[in-house]
Amino acid sequence: MASSDVKLIGAWASPFVMRPRIALNLKSVPYEFLQETFGSKSELLLKSNPVHKKIPVLLHADKPVCESNIIVEYIDDTWSSSGPSILPSDPYDRAMARFWAAYIDEKWFVALRSFLKAGGEEEKKAVIAQLEEGNAFLEKAFIDCSKGKPFFNGDNIGYLDIALGCFLAWLRVTELAVSHKILDEAKTPSLSKWAENFCNDPAVKPVMPETAKLAEFAKKIFS
Amino acid sequence: MADEVILLDFWPSMFGMRTRIALEEKNVIFDYREQDLWNKSPILLEMNLVHKKIPVLIHNGKPVCESLIQMEYIDEVWPSKTPLLPSDPYQRAHAKFWGDFIDKKVYGSARLIWGAKGEEHEAGKKEFIEIHKTLESELGDKTYFGGETFGYVDIALIGFYSWFEAYEKFGNFSIEVECPKLIAWTKRCVKRESVAKSLPDSEKITKFVPELKEKLGIK
Repeated sequence: MASSDVKLIGAWASPFVMRPRIALNLKSVPYEFLQETFGSKSELLLKSNPVHKKIPVLLHADKPVCESNIIVEYIDDTWSSSGPSILPSDPYDRAMARFWAAYIDEKWFVALRSFLKAGGEEEKKAVIAQLEEGNAFLEKAFIDCSKGKPFFNGDNIGYLDIALGCFLAWLRVTELAVSHKILDEAKTPSLSKWAENFCNDPAVKPVMPETAKLAEFAKKIFS
Repeated sequence: MADEVILLDFWPSMFGMRTRIALEEKNVIFDYREQDLWNKSPILLEMNLVHKKIPVLIHNGKPVCESLIQMEYIDEVWPSKTPLLPSDPYQRAHAKFWGDFIDKKVYGSARLIWGAKGEEHEAGKKEFIEIHKTLESELGDKTYFGGETFGYVDIALIGFYSWFEAYEKFGNFSIEVECPKLIAWTKRCVKRESVAKSLPDSEKITKFVPELKEKLGIK
């Protein structure tokens, strides 16, 4: 299939955009990466995602697919015979993966994002407590899902690895900005090891932003 | 081996209604267990440790949480001639997009209609109408959101219909006037046995709202 058949509207710094990029890499699907300029939205984006006007948007033969986790599932369904399975095959395992991905987006990431914006010490303490509770849940989820293997999805990275792993660069930037270790090897040893393995995966490395570059970008957008 | 299916639920929950409908569509026999959300049972706290919310679907002892995820699970475990989600990847993604939209938008705006006053209430009402016009536009002239067959998006939205009378009373507006095609769609849906069995009477919901407000400490 020609690479012009698959386009992704996104931005290098967005963790949500990273999700379909990793998925496309796993399936060895070439694509054209159409980068949005921070602060403005292209005509193509507004036309392709009129409801939310947000990135990422996958355009497959000009048909748009929106919402990062939905795009990842679409990629898995469409290129099912190529590369490893992104979602587990067992319905219960699939439900678990989807549950934790929703938790990550609705609770964990919201807490992480609020950390950067947190004002006083009290607010920061509250966010740290939230994140630590979240991390404890995720550590247990990892042990349950991985069943002794290196990733949530087993031997290869999959849907839940991607759903959480996409935030690792922002996690590091936040840790530096607030001078606090959020992902602590002592408290969450399995998750910490997983993070290292995830970042070294060949499907992830080319699309994971460098911490320094991201930190500079963060300074610019939060100032 | 017979399947053991338990549903921990709360009768007015439009989210619980989704799972009830999905199970009924698949003719799955389940044990419905009414929960007291102000005095949460040990089973609820154990089976949904993370959110402590209903609905919780317990299949052979293993919990599945989050109503849209439960719908997909039910569709995958009990595949039938009438699947809830389409098999085509693009149409599936499209259905899931709208399910996600309904999840993100409807409850929040609706809550402001019965639970807020003044500016917040007006803003909620305005947003609610806008959201439903968007949904009506997505429905278009189709019988159901997925086309000719009742499915995932219909199930994701129809539970809110049981609350429409309450929204209209507290919001002092008519949803039919704003979204006539959507109301026509609701009438088609409630003719289905699975929906008729799973939705409570609108009157019961409307009577319940003041009690709910009191429980939530809202004046």
